Amino acid sequence: MLQNLLSPEFFNAILRATTPILFAALASSVASKSGITNMALEGIMLFSALFGVIFSAMTGSFPLGLLLTMVAGGVIGLMLAFFVLNLKTDEILAAIAINLMATGGTVLLMLAVSGDRGSSTSISNVSAPKIVIPLIDQIPFLGKILSGQNLMTYLSILAVVVMHLFLYKTPLGLKIRAVGENKNAAESVGISARKIQYIALILSGVLASMGGFFLSGGYMNMFTKDMSAGKGYIALAASAMGGDTPVGGFLVSLLFGAAQALANMMQLTDIPHELIQMVPYLTTLVGLGIYSYMGVRKRQKLAGK
Amino acid sequence: MVLQMNHIMKIYSNGVVANEDVSIELKKGEIHALLGENGAGKSTLMKVLFGIESPDEGQIVLNGQETAIKSPQDAINKGIGMVHQHFMLVPSLTVAENIILGVEPKKYGFFIHMEKAISEAEEIAKKYNFDIDVRAKVEEIPVGIKQKVEILKALYRGADILILDEPTAVLTPQETDELFVQLEKLRDSGHTIIFISHKLDEIKKICNRATIMRSGKSMGTYEVKDISTEEMSRLMVGRDVILTFDKKPSNPKEVLMRVRNLSVRNNQGVQKIEDLSFDLRGGEILGIAGVEGNGQSELIDSITGLNKSYKGSIYIKDTDIEKSSIKEIRDLKLGHIPEDRMTSGCAGNLNILENLFSNQYTNQEYSGKMLLKTKRIQERSEELIVEYLVKCKSFRQNVGMLSGGNIQKVIVAREFSTEPDIIIANQPTRGVDVGAAEFIRRRLLEFRDKGCAIILVSADLNEVFSLSDRLAVMYKGKFSGMFTDVSAVTEEELGQYMLGLKHQEVQEGVIYE
Amino acid sequence: MNSAKRFDMFRMVFSVLIALLISFVIIFFVSDEPVTAIVTLITGPFKSKRSMGNVIESMVPLIFTGTGVCIMFSANQINLATEGGFHLGGLVAAAVALKLGLPAGLSPIVAISLAAVAGAVFCAIPALMKIKTNSPELVSSLMINYISLWLCTFLLMHFLQDPSVGSASYKLPPESELPTLIKGTNIHLGLLIALVVAVFGYVFLYKTRTGYELRLTGENENFARYSGINIVKVILISQMVGGVIAGIGGSVELLSPIYSRFSWVSLLGYGWDAIIICTLAKKNPLYTPLAALFLAYLRTGASIMARYTDVTLEIVQITQGIIILLVVAEQFLSGMKHRMIAREARASLKDEGVA
Repeated sequence: MLQNLLSPEFFNAILRATTPILFAALASSVASKSGITNMALEGIMLFSALFGVIFSAMTGSFPLGLLLTMVAGGVIGLMLAFFVLNLKTDEILAAIAINLMATGGTVLLMLAVSGDRGSSTSISNVSAPKIVIPLIDQIPFLGKILSGQNLMTYLSILAVVVMHLFLYKTPLGLKIRAVGENKNAAESVGISARKIQYIALILSGVLASMGGFFLSGGYMNMFTKDMSAGKGYIALAASAMGGDTPVGGFLVSLLFGAAQALANMMQLTDIPHELIQMVPYLTTLVGLGIYSYMGVRKRQKLAGK
Repeated sequence: MVLQMNHIMKIYSNGVVANEDVSIELKKGEIHALLGENGAGKSTLMKVLFGIESPDEGQIVLNGQETAIKSPQDAINKGIGMVHQHFMLVPSLTVAENIILGVEPKKYGFFIHMEKAISEAEEIAKKYNFDIDVRAKVEEIPVGIKQKVEILKALYRGADILILDEPTAVLTPQETDELFVQLEKLRDSGHTIIFISHKLDEIKKICNRATIMRSGKSMGTYEVKDISTEEMSRLMVGRDVILTFDKKPSNPKEVLMRVRNLSVRNNQGVQKIEDLSFDLRGGEILGIAGVEGNGQSELIDSITGLNKSYKGSIYIKDTDIEKSSIKEIRDLKLGHIPEDRMTSGCAGNLNILENLFSNQYTNQEYSGKMLLKTKRIQERSEELIVEYLVKCKSFRQNVGMLSGGNIQKVIVAREFSTEPDIIIANQPTRGVDVGAAEFIRRRLLEFRDKGCAIILVSADLNEVFSLSDRLAVMYKGKFSGMFTDVSAVTEEELGQYMLGLKHQEVQEGVIYE
Repeated sequence: MNSAKRFDMFRMVFSVLIALLISFVIIFFVSDEPVTAIVTLITGPFKSKRSMGNVIESMVPLIFTGTGVCIMFSANQINLATEGGFHLGGLVAAAVALKLGLPAGLSPIVAISLAAVAGAVFCAIPALMKIKTNSPELVSSLMINYISLWLCTFLLMHFLQDPSVGSASYKLPPESELPTLIKGTNIHLGLLIALVVAVFGYVFLYKTRTGYELRLTGENENFARYSGINIVKVILISQMVGGVIAGIGGSVELLSPIYSRFSWVSLLGYGWDAIIICTLAKKNPLYTPLAALFLAYLRTGASIMARYTDVTLEIVQITQGIIILLVVAEQFLSGMKHRMIAREARASLKDEGVA
């Protein structure tokens, strides 16, 4: 067991398991920075997992399939923004509504497209390719971790850098942070908070859809019913615990990815698999508790008690 | 004529008529005062001008052309800038970032050109003689500087018309003087300034003309040099503001509250109260005056149990309340009119009845061990509505639908109906119509005559002067002065204590031992 | 009724109609026989005594979880663990029925009581985490739902499993079954228990001291604290009572004639349905049976439609989603509302002018 834990394959598996959570955590961080909790990540990922299969099969191409899925994710983000910002729907209830529609809508759509209710095995989708990086794959140990990953995994790490630069070095990023921190201040200089939050939520939808795409076109090679299985919710916790920053979200996502990878590896042991399935959720729950408690202590210290 | 607003009408969605047929005209290069009590509709009118609210009726004429201002961005584009009473700054960003926010200089077409942003911010600060470190984070600079950042923000965006919403409310006298010098410079360079205030002396000092508002209506525009402060105040409140109550001499009894060596830090770790001690006796009103933010809120929160992290001790009727819950403190017969009625004084979405019993539903009269005695509560609600003159359709009406004055009456009815021995009244008449304010003041005096101990915190100097039996001034978390003979204090003198220009070394009548 | 409340009613009915309309449009897109499908959806539930019975039976779990959520949401505790509490309640009931061998009459009483305790303990976890560590109950409750699912599956597979049928328990003994109320249907005693719980929920929220504390806290926590209400107690009690009701709901559902074994190996979604029940009932448990009736009718119609046409049951989740979106959308039709209120304000201005 210990030997397995130290093997490059295990670290490789961590990055793989981190990928969908990381995309969703980035999605959550950009929404949170603009002042909105995007709990619809779960539904957007689920929708996108199915769209990824359909679009890549339709176009016969991975990049086109991914692009169309990202557009669809953006549209769902737009829809959420419309209800929350224009119609003043409670953001949590709006997200619950979208997640419900995703649970039902994906089955409805899959049935209409493939004639199957459980999984999309009858559709031949195009998954994201694995990339072997020359030279790096020659490095002992590290090579097996860093090279040979799915393209989406590399994209997710690239997305961390891009999102960091976007939020902290660009005018739009500055506006997003200003709106999230003091909406009135941003509006007083003529920034339309609504427009900025629209952009943040659309972007959030696009990022979450990339995570969804990876689920059915990378992590697995088909869509199965309810395959997001709470990853969107885990990502919500990951982003919050990372202070809603891309880099912080990345680190916490790695932790949760490790829990998932560990769970996957423990499948080989004789521990009942039902208990193993609990590991990612339990890790998140405990992590959330510890993180929140640290915040409480910090405030108590400041108040001098 | 730079700007005309004609016959503006604004009704909020809760049915409150904030502006009713209001008109105002601005000349180029003047400082124009907009004068009125809290809730007179000044802010609403300015929100209409700045594109935050859209008027239900009326027109805006800018430089001779009728125009519609659809958003703050639109207002800024048309050369209107606004400095809000509550600063519109993003604390975690730097001064330069706040100034350029929304109009960022770019490099490579995509990134913020931060070096350019800093040099531009420094340039404009220099042009108008503002001494500011533009690289400092806003959360780390003092209030006076924050206000300068606000003005610079507007100027950076090319504002010709500058709206200042109660700009001196948070400033020290020196900062105020400095501000006035700068405003005069801006006026001389051709800017038009709307100066919102209810401080008559300041208006006299720097304004050219004044438009006076009262309960949503305009009372006319006047040349400041032609109108006396008495006349202005008469127009503002509808009669001469001499609050005279046929007040009986106070007859203080036993000490009901002792505060000893109280120190409080807020949750950012800033010292808000430092080693404060005083006594409060039954049958007296202790007035606490002071510029907002000098520890008044922290003092009230500590006494009423809302803040539990303080050093020192507070005794209410010989009970040390350090370990007491808010409920236990209230059970010592303490009533509390909170500073902000909507934040903590009521639940707007619940009805009047539900708002009237939150402090006494556990009383045997209104509930058994488990169930509420609905019938009795309804009867009592009807009595209280009549007794406290709450204008409403029935006790089933949601509190949020009432006017400010009526909401305050509901709160007062609730807090006074328990027949408290101690009343903590924090800004009890703020934003309340004249009738309701007088009603509340009279009630406070009645309770004092019955032997109740009262702490009155108020920004309304007239109110503290006319009601208090003892008057304390808070400055930087301490009492800078304590007056046992209120009639002997002048308003000017009080002002000097409030602004920290004067300080009593030895204070008498603070503690009775 | 004042104009604002009248308007809210109108808006709710209008939202439901729009949601149905959109669903019909979707049916037109996905179905080869859309008209038949829609007609079946609407008239199906009335076609037989059995299907009318189905409507009534499916109300039962919805009333339970809906009432539980009404109580938690009234206190503004956004705990979504009703889902897991319901699941756990079902498992506990199955375990009691199979393992304790109690006589008829006693068996369901013990099963339901223990399920209630289990639900309370379960839903107390997010509450305690909020009290002790300030963790948002929203996220923690989402996590423990999955933990509940896998814990129940684990217990099922290792302690209750009937190897001859795979992932299901042994057949539940007849002693544990709740009696049917109307012959020829599966309408069972659980319906009465559900209605009692809904009434209890109403009395609890609107007639008791604790309920008043919950609602004050839910509407304005600062105000409640300032009034002297113990917020910690409200957080804990509201979520535990919600959990009790969810647990009872799960056990009642499992002991009903609808199930002969415990075979829940995925989350059933009643916790999510509860949100729409709560939304339609405007957080008042007294209206949950009405909201549940509507949803049950839609469900039953949809499942009949799924049986006889090519449209699948899941269309209902889309309808539900749209209903939540529109009913909760404050600004939906707000222009109309503003005009209505402004008209009244002007009228009252005039009245004052005359007087």
